[in-house]
Amino acid sequence: MQNTIYQKLLSRRVIFSLIFLLLLAAPLFMSDFRLNLLGKFLAFAILAIGLDLLWGYTGVLSLGHGIFFGIGAYCMAMYLKLEATGGTLPDFMAWSGMSELPLIWLPFQYPIIAILLGILIPAVVALFIGYLTFRNRISGVYFTILSQALVLVVVTLFVGSQNLTGGTSGLTNFKTLFGFQVNSASTQTAFYLITVVVLGLVFFACRKLIKGRFGKILVGIRDGENRMRFLGYNPSAYKTFIYTLSGGIAGLAGMLFVLQVGIISPTMIGIIPSIEMVLWVALGGRGTLIGPIIGAVLVNAAKTGFSESYPDIWTYFLGLLFVLVVVFLPKGITGLFEKWSDRRKKQDVSSSVEVEKSYS
Amino acid sequence: MFGLNEIIITLFNGISLGSILLLIALGLAITFGLMNVINMAHGELIMVGAYITYVIQNLFVNYAPPEYFDLYFIISIPVALIVAAGIGMLLEVSLIRHLYKRPLDSLLATWGIGLILQQTARSIFGAPNVGVTSPSFLTGGLEVGTLFLPYSRLFILGLSIVCLFSIFYYFYRTASGRRIRAVMQNRQMAECLGVSTRKVDMLTFAIGSGFAGVAGCALTLLGAIGPTIGTSYIIDAFMVVVVGGVGALFGAVTGAFGIGILNTVFEYVTNATLGKVLIFVVIIAFLQWRPSGLVMSRSRSLD
Repeated sequence: MQNTIYQKLLSRRVIFSLIFLLLLAAPLFMSDFRLNLLGKFLAFAILAIGLDLLWGYTGVLSLGHGIFFGIGAYCMAMYLKLEATGGTLPDFMAWSGMSELPLIWLPFQYPIIAILLGILIPAVVALFIGYLTFRNRISGVYFTILSQALVLVVVTLFVGSQNLTGGTSGLTNFKTLFGFQVNSASTQTAFYLITVVVLGLVFFACRKLIKGRFGKILVGIRDGENRMRFLGYNPSAYKTFIYTLSGGIAGLAGMLFVLQVGIISPTMIGIIPSIEMVLWVALGGRGTLIGPIIGAVLVNAAKTGFSESYPDIWTYFLGLLFVLVVVFLPKGITGLFEKWSDRRKKQDVSSSVEVEKSYS
Repeated sequence: MFGLNEIIITLFNGISLGSILLLIALGLAITFGLMNVINMAHGELIMVGAYITYVIQNLFVNYAPPEYFDLYFIISIPVALIVAAGIGMLLEVSLIRHLYKRPLDSLLATWGIGLILQQTARSIFGAPNVGVTSPSFLTGGLEVGTLFLPYSRLFILGLSIVCLFSIFYYFYRTASGRRIRAVMQNRQMAECLGVSTRKVDMLTFAIGSGFAGVAGCALTLLGAIGPTIGTSYIIDAFMVVVVGGVGALFGAVTGAFGIGILNTVFEYVTNATLGKVLIFVVIIAFLQWRPSGLVMSRSRSLD
């Protein structure tokens, strides 16, 4: 028994390392175009891990992660834009009749500050919203609705303040980062590798977080919040912390996204993208860390393949996917694997107790 | 700075928006209050109602004598109610019934359904908005002194009040409504006393969806309709439910008119963008004071 568990751990660790190495080696055998796409998917995967910490482990569903992703992306884009214009006014500001750089753009002249703010601002927004809602035990669907309203508000704000954010067309036309050409193949490969490394770091950090006592508390909050409260824990504090962390991770993902895609606009962070993010986690398997990565890559790969040639069919498919995953695959793809390996184990060990976890 | 006329007009517009929100939120409040299901496809049921009005209008244009044209609107209201209710019932039986224990999952699944419905509408009617000609008895408006109150908005206000009172009557004066309230207050006990919660759930969901259809019908009076007509109102309607609290119609009424009026006032004083931000801030602030909404349903159970 001890032996099989050890073996399983070993094999899982081996598999993870293999995947990681394969991703690192991808530039050797993939075309620039495909590498760029994969890099984009992996940036989404980083966000999905953060979302899963919140939903899969803590049981709080946020339909508003597009916002945190977007704020991170805009922070990076603002720096890139200033770098491209060489310290003068970006074109859209001149069009809307501004003569000097607005105050909130000033910190973004410096790359390090821009990167730090790209993580800090989403985290602080999440901390603020999380504190105000979780403190009052606003949870479940109430929080979910509020998070969706947050998306609507922020997107309206971004579209409305044309002179600060570029309005509906967003920010694009970037040239350099730290003096490197953003669009050159070698820089893009470097961005890809950075994304893979960041993904690995986020993955292992979250794994450390989840495996210990802390992770058990989160799952406890998910499955019986009041019981945890009676046991002396303060679920609100844990939820707020995870929401903040998840917001920061989303901001990080947004920065990596904008570097590789070269544009960010309000439609990319709105209500529909935000809820699609939830689908990545649901399809991959909530409550596991590898699931969201699989989900994010699969859904986006399918989307790129389908939606360009058949956008109509893609929408039907997306809708259907939501229904099917929720009804038939509540544990996602990783759930399928688990079932499969459980079945195999059952042949070895006749007595196994199925523990039904109540999700959501 | 603000004349009396402007204040009255802003107030009227606020009440008008509130009545639209109320019409939409009534259905949501019922399904959410009873089954704890957030129906994200509600907006698309509104769209169904709107397109039914459009189809009936076209039928009248093509096949009915012109002097009867105005009748189309009167016919479309019950048709929209019945069709939307039918779709709602189908949805409940086939999907939502299996997800009662998982409110967040039912939210996602219904969102998927909404996406499919929206795309279906886009395939049938095309992505561009289509226009519905208001019936002649609702064009023009009431002139009170220098004020001009459009009949269409007055009609929607009237419609929402009629809907409100019919729901009220149904819930508090009929046997079937009493059963619904019983299930809402204590599901297990109602079941023990012989109420078929299955049937009640199905019926309630159908009623809630039916009201979405009626709301869609009313929205055609305000402008062109498109596949995304529902989504523009639905989040505000959800906020009405959150602010109003669950389990009492009074909460939905106050929430709807409160949000409607505040929204219009904020947008008038600042601009459309800042207005949206302000209303969100107000809602968050309000929830600090009343976390479970204006009207709390008291219960001793925790989980």
